[in-house]
Amino acid sequence: MSNIHVTTTINGDETEYVCRPDESLLDVLRDRLGMSGTKEGCGTGDCGACSVTLDGRLVCSCLVMGAEVDGHKVETIEGMADGEDLHPLQQKFLEHAALQCGICTPGFLVAAQSLLERNLDPTETEVRYWLAGNLCRCTGYDKIVRAVLDTAKDMRKVAKKSSAKKTAKKGARHAA
Amino acid sequence: MRYEAPETIKAAVGLLIKARGQSRILAGGTDLMVQMRSGMLEPDLIMDIKRIPGMRDIVPEKGGFRIGAAVSGSELGEHAKVSKMWPGVVEAVELIGSTQIQGRATMVGNLCNASPAADSVPALIAVGATARIVGNKRTRDVPVETIAKAPGKTILAKGEFVSSVFLPKALPRTGSAYLRFIPRTEMDIAVVGSGVCLTLNPKGVVTKARVSLGAVAARALLVEEAADVLLGNKLNDDVLERLADIASDAATPINDKRGTVAFRKQVAGVLTRRAALIAFQRAKG
Repeated sequence: MSNIHVTTTINGDETEYVCRPDESLLDVLRDRLGMSGTKEGCGTGDCGACSVTLDGRLVCSCLVMGAEVDGHKVETIEGMADGEDLHPLQQKFLEHAALQCGICTPGFLVAAQSLLERNLDPTETEVRYWLAGNLCRCTGYDKIVRAVLDTAKDMRKVAKKSSAKKTAKKGARHAA
Repeated sequence: MRYEAPETIKAAVGLLIKARGQSRILAGGTDLMVQMRSGMLEPDLIMDIKRIPGMRDIVPEKGGFRIGAAVSGSELGEHAKVSKMWPGVVEAVELIGSTQIQGRATMVGNLCNASPAADSVPALIAVGATARIVGNKRTRDVPVETIAKAPGKTILAKGEFVSSVFLPKALPRTGSAYLRFIPRTEMDIAVVGSGVCLTLNPKGVVTKARVSLGAVAARALLVEEAADVLLGNKLNDDVLERLADIASDAATPINDKRGTVAFRKQVAGVLTRRAALIAFQRAKG
């Protein structure tokens, strides 16, 4: 089995590694790169604990080969917070107690972020369908769904304010 | 095990021809990786086709669309024109798995995995889709219903793979629909699936019809008798009842934990009737 040299971008950083052809991206992240934030649940694409984005698309890293991400962009849970500042979703998960054991949480956060990037005003049904591939055995899902909806609400307010500011600035410029 | 990611079809075919032992194509990997992990499969060559130009493209062709073998479910679902022309196909593909699976899984993979319960296959058969097979000597286009031979078995010979699926141009007043039954609301394998495609004349009479059933035989069935009962008719209760009876009779399912023979036969009729009504509404526009 010959090893493969891969150059890829993970959370914005150019990363190189060597992996075996039978290793999944999940194996590479956890065992070769020491990025253990991404969790292994089922290993067969059913539970979503290993969710990452690949070129902006939500995927299960257990179903992606380490070899095939050469030249692509991967985003993981490690890239979510800005240093010590939690992402709004992370903060809301804490406030709503949307986690207990925490194994599913990185996957839920990455999946929810992927939803909010596409749709900042999802209905509860849309949230539930989008997250249907993420399994949680502790919370009963309700707190997770509420946390996501609450985050979306806050992020809409921030987006509105910043666009209002921009408009005001534009207006000021025009007036000048 | 070897991993290869060739950049041309010619190179890909060459690798397949030369390979010893088992070879597998990697597109979305949502079936392949699971099969490898469970020990069902230990391929000697894994050939990733995603670096071959065209594999990830949806291209207009002769009024229809050619869908590359590595186009994911999400990419297909986001394509407004394909969704408008062939909603029955897109809704079938979108039923497969979660958001994460949709980000990777492909229609051609669904076809070539050759599961009798594949959701996209009855929908593709109903709209008269063809699969393009590339190989050493020639490229050929075959009706999608001929790809699967038996569960997990296809007609593909050594050195061959499916590079794209072609969805033909929809005639005016054409509607397509796919319905499946599963015991819960999401994320399950079809117990029965039914794809229907209808073309109407301006008076609402069916002039062209194709009906296909999934998960009720060793491979998806094209049920010509069901199409015949629709031809020349409007969808009145009598026609729909005969359609349901024919679909139930055509189904030759197995008993398993997902459903009994009697249940599956009945559901095949019910779903075909409902799918025909949806296709009819869509055809009327």
